[in-house]
Amino acid sequence: MNKPLPHPVPGSTAEAQVRWATEYAAQIGRDREVRNRSGIPIKPLYTPLDVDPARFDADVGFPGQPPYTRGIYATMHRGRTWTQRQLIGLGTPALYNARLRDILDKGATAVSLIPCNSVFRGYDMDEVDAELLGTCGVVCNSADHMATCLAGVDLARTSCAMNDPSPFTLLAFMLDTARRNGVDWRALSGTSNQSDYLSHFVANHMFFRLALGGARRVLIDHIAWCAEHLPRWNPLSVVGQHMQQAGATPAEALAFTLASAIQYADDCVAAGMSPDDFLPRFTFFFDISISFFEEIAKFRAGRRIWARITRERYGAQDPRSWRFKFHGQTSGVDLTRQQPLNNIARVTAQAIAGIFGGLQSMHTDAYDEVLSCPTQFGARIAVATQNILREEAHLTDVIDPLGGSYYVEKLTDEMEAKVVAIMAEVEAAGGMYAAVESGFVQRRIGESARAFQERVDTGEQTVVGVNRYEVDEDASSRPALAKPDTALMDAHRADFARYKAQRSQDDVERALADLARAAQATGPGRSNIFGVIVAAAAAGCTHGEICGTLRRELGFGHPLVVV
Amino acid sequence: MPDPAFRPKVLITKIGLDGHDRGSRIVAAHLRDAGVEVVYTPPWQDIGTVVKLAIEEDVDLIGVSSLATDHLIVPKLMRALRDAGAGDVAVIVGGIVPDADEKMLLDAGVARVFHPGVKLEDIAAYVHDASATVRTQRFPVTPNA
Repeated sequence: MNKPLPHPVPGSTAEAQVRWATEYAAQIGRDREVRNRSGIPIKPLYTPLDVDPARFDADVGFPGQPPYTRGIYATMHRGRTWTQRQLIGLGTPALYNARLRDILDKGATAVSLIPCNSVFRGYDMDEVDAELLGTCGVVCNSADHMATCLAGVDLARTSCAMNDPSPFTLLAFMLDTARRNGVDWRALSGTSNQSDYLSHFVANHMFFRLALGGARRVLIDHIAWCAEHLPRWNPLSVVGQHMQQAGATPAEALAFTLASAIQYADDCVAAGMSPDDFLPRFTFFFDISISFFEEIAKFRAGRRIWARITRERYGAQDPRSWRFKFHGQTSGVDLTRQQPLNNIARVTAQAIAGIFGGLQSMHTDAYDEVLSCPTQFGARIAVATQNILREEAHLTDVIDPLGGSYYVEKLTDEMEAKVVAIMAEVEAAGGMYAAVESGFVQRRIGESARAFQERVDTGEQTVVGVNRYEVDEDASSRPALAKPDTALMDAHRADFARYKAQRSQDDVERALADLARAAQATGPGRSNIFGVIVAAAAAGCTHGEICGTLRRELGFGHPLVVV
Repeated sequence: MPDPAFRPKVLITKIGLDGHDRGSRIVAAHLRDAGVEVVYTPPWQDIGTVVKLAIEEDVDLIGVSSLATDHLIVPKLMRALRDAGAGDVAVIVGGIVPDADEKMLLDAGVARVFHPGVKLEDIAAYVHDASATVRTQRFPVTPNA
């Protein structure tokens, strides 16, 4: 919040500042106007006059203590550094498993799984163009496929994050794998990434064509089911990354994400859950752009706002409910096809912002993702970047090292004010669900995307190699892509056809009928839809069959497109 | 001598599975403001739908946006357009297209591939010229007509 001036600074400071301002004005001539991506004006200098020492306890405080501006844990990265969770997923389950085992052997402690776009969109591999299978993720359509993906992984000891958009069939398949391996479900840890249906509807449209209302119901059932059966599982990751990648400013992305979290929390409360039962398992996922200080201030402001919302709006008593846990991914939109090795420098700057922002988990983009799905070579550099920053540059020795910087504290206040103002607009539009239904959010993001592109096109925003410092390049210097082996995917498809022919059709039909009934039922006492999906997965139903049934029963959805 | 009253008509779309549409929306909005008549579709279009729409709307050019490998089915679109007798429509592709795939697309008849970093006004200039060429071939101007 903007705080009133003046406040108790020694007279000499104020006088010295006036002397500096006079000298600055004389020397700079015509000063350029600077605004960050969120539209906040940036001054040339920040001083003790920009911060109010009397507000230190309330607004800044200490790590591990509300409002968590300096970090959600007392030890932060000095104790446990962030989880290095690189996204992987390509080709067939067997290929995925080989790559996963390789990174686990090399020291990774967490699993990520990116499914093929066909999975995101709710289709089995026999429903889509064969050319598109496995090009951006692993083709996992059944419990058997998941068992292959995770073969040899100790599920009781390995945190598994899956890009598992509604209706969470990948988790249902994984539960079947755990059951086969004799692993207690209560020991499973990880996150249902991509579970935030509003962000899909608004920004990247990677959902299975389920209408908004149906998606809302499936998510809340998923959260309720996980709260009961999977105490160590995070059923919800609220995503700001999709919206910022789609063009939202950092302040808009944070505001819309917090507004979404409020929507989900309201829905959970309306479904009869108690805030301290679900809030500790809410997590967030953000973009880290190259707008360095703005990103750091965004994360610091986010922690502060979330602590206030959980305590004041929901009356949460458990400190775990107040903590704003987030995963950060460096922004792909900032990367350039021109002089692609420059992207390593960009990712480094973004990653530093994420670390100083106090993230819990990070994915650094490969420099070559702007050329194609990343190569293994590019992915290795991305991981090394994190290792270098942590162990060579010693970025984790001190907690919140920028805390107390006049600029960073002031910018944190200003980002907070901006975000709170946008959240109020969403609230006035009826909350996030209504604001998405009406296109309010989509329109805002579209306008910001266009405004940013215009700044790049006019040269107001420099992009090295694109609108300044261009060089002639030889395309042959770019890394060559390994083409997927189509024979492996053909064999995977043939296997799948055999599997579908051989399984118990009665079991499948019964499970899908149960799912249809659960979807049709309303009112108290109805079955939890996700619980029925878990049973359907164990009965041999495929991803496409489960998604198809829900689409039929709960209605098709299309993105509301605003140009 | 270009006709100053010429107004291109184009279809901006995404085919296949991916839904990331920042690029297609920005390009569509810019072309619209640059005087182009734009028919816009949400992502996830079937190839058959795109062909039908292109014919019904009588567009000069189709712009296909691709982020996550959907460009791999653009050759299918080219074949479907030819089979439907609409092989004269110019097709351009914009987005993440690896170098080797760009050659594959050009060989399949795609007129031009735009990569990240291109200026919107350069896309608009190309769209204007390519559409004018298509229109002229469709409706040749005969002297004294």
